[in-house]
Amino acid sequence: MVLVYITTQHGIAKSALETVSYARKLAEEVVVLTCGSASAKDLEILGQYGAKSILVNRSIEGEDSQQLARLISSYALSLKAETVMFSHDFIGKGVAPRVSVRLKAGLVAGAISLPEADGSIKINVFSGKAIAFVKVNSPVKIISLLPNSVAPEITGANCAVEEISGDVGSAAIKVLSTKKPEGDIALPEAELVVSAGRGMKGPENWGMIENLAKELGAATACSRPVADIGWRPHHEHVGQTGVAIRPNLYIAIGISGAIQHLAGVNGSKVIVVVNTDKEAPFFKAADYGVIGDAFDVIPRLTEAVRKFNAENN
Amino acid sequence: MKILVCISKSPDTTSKISFIQDNKVFDENGVQFIVNPYDEWYALVRALELKETLGGQVTIITVGTANDEAIMRKALAIGADEAVRIDAEPKDAYFTASQIANFAKDGAFDLILTGKETINYNGSQVGGMISEMLDFPFISLASKLEVTGTTVCAEREIAGGVQVIEANFPLVISCSKGMAEQRIPNMRGIMAARTKPLQVVSPINSDELTSYVSYNTPSSKAAVKIIDASNMDELVQLLHSEAKVI
Repeated sequence: MVLVYITTQHGIAKSALETVSYARKLAEEVVVLTCGSASAKDLEILGQYGAKSILVNRSIEGEDSQQLARLISSYALSLKAETVMFSHDFIGKGVAPRVSVRLKAGLVAGAISLPEADGSIKINVFSGKAIAFVKVNSPVKIISLLPNSVAPEITGANCAVEEISGDVGSAAIKVLSTKKPEGDIALPEAELVVSAGRGMKGPENWGMIENLAKELGAATACSRPVADIGWRPHHEHVGQTGVAIRPNLYIAIGISGAIQHLAGVNGSKVIVVVNTDKEAPFFKAADYGVIGDAFDVIPRLTEAVRKFNAENN
Repeated sequence: MKILVCISKSPDTTSKISFIQDNKVFDENGVQFIVNPYDEWYALVRALELKETLGGQVTIITVGTANDEAIMRKALAIGADEAVRIDAEPKDAYFTASQIANFAKDGAFDLILTGKETINYNGSQVGGMISEMLDFPFISLASKLEVTGTTVCAEREIAGGVQVIEANFPLVISCSKGMAEQRIPNMRGIMAARTKPLQVVSPINSDELTSYVSYNTPSSKAAVKIIDASNMDELVQLLHSEAKVI
């Protein structure tokens, strides 16, 4: 059986549905463990994507990795889980390594595929420049799934929800505040991303990038130089030393395509590059290219998307 | 305040990545190794800033062979006080974390900093593993770190937002972009690094819970389809009907 830890305190993310769907492909018996104040409606959704039963601990908030590791490990042991799963997100990155130590079970961090015939699982390495096949040597396996790697699938229906309790110690870290920009789409989870670089010439020109993103329902991103000179916030920086993303569509505007930038985005399914320089290295990694000035092309593209939306909705 | 900064070597960010021996081994031929950027730019530099304002000592530690001493000297040149090398090939995250935790358990460190991940294996595992082995709290992906007395106030990245977190010494923190600015070592630092202590410690026995069976490089893309800049309707149509992404 597979035990899946799902974060519900910030709502149910798409990556949560992906993780449950992946677990369901590994085993029929999928038990989801969560904590905090998850609503009945959210939990019902997890059932649709493959959870057979859900255990909810409402006595902890689920922000402290030490508490979570104790909770998850104790259920992994008592339920005799063969696999323990996480999403490879900010919670998974904090908790999965701890659970790995507690259970002495190998962790495949950032899985991008189901296990191969020999049991190995693909992960991105060298910041997306290569793929490794990783094998777990212990009887129990831990997998954290990279967001946007598998499609969520509705396979189940109703699932039993059980409230659980138990001593997991006190929280060693205290969350003083949580700031979430209203209305923005979280970059690591975004299916469509509009990204721009130095070709935009200055932060005052980002309005057209935002307009295009808004019209597409996309998140915005940027290249490293743009974040470093403060035109855009650091959390928008995609690339080797920023965020690595794998959206369905990545539109790169005025970004030349340095190897460090490509490393963070070459997991994207489709790449569109807009650049004035037809020799820009990014065109080699692109599916579609537009050679032209962003200040001319982007308003046209935005208008074309607007027209498309009007015709198709 | 005693700070331990865990550093790892990684290929220079411009390196071309290829594999040898039937795709089982990373080809180090012609590859320039550097201190993993997250370890150096953020974890080490922030540790030095904290030491400069609050006093204390910064120790760097790596698990690696004698070849790694060049990157350790670089970290010493930037300003670390002393260096420790656990003399072993870092085989997997569990093995590496076991070595560091074993060294750290008797060191009375207040803070143990790591980069948020290495740019070669990208696992984001070692920091969390060390914290569990030592039974310390762990703040992952911190982008800001302040220390007052024995209390730490950190910001960490969450999906599309930021959380402000408080915790007490001793603890482990993995550091990401935003925490500090890269420092270039000056000549005085480079000279001083030559005489700073570099201790070599024998490894302990530890399991490897994972193995890297083989590697692949992504297949190259088909040639780019160029769309005329005046025909954005065509691009939108292609994204809809051919690429099926909108």
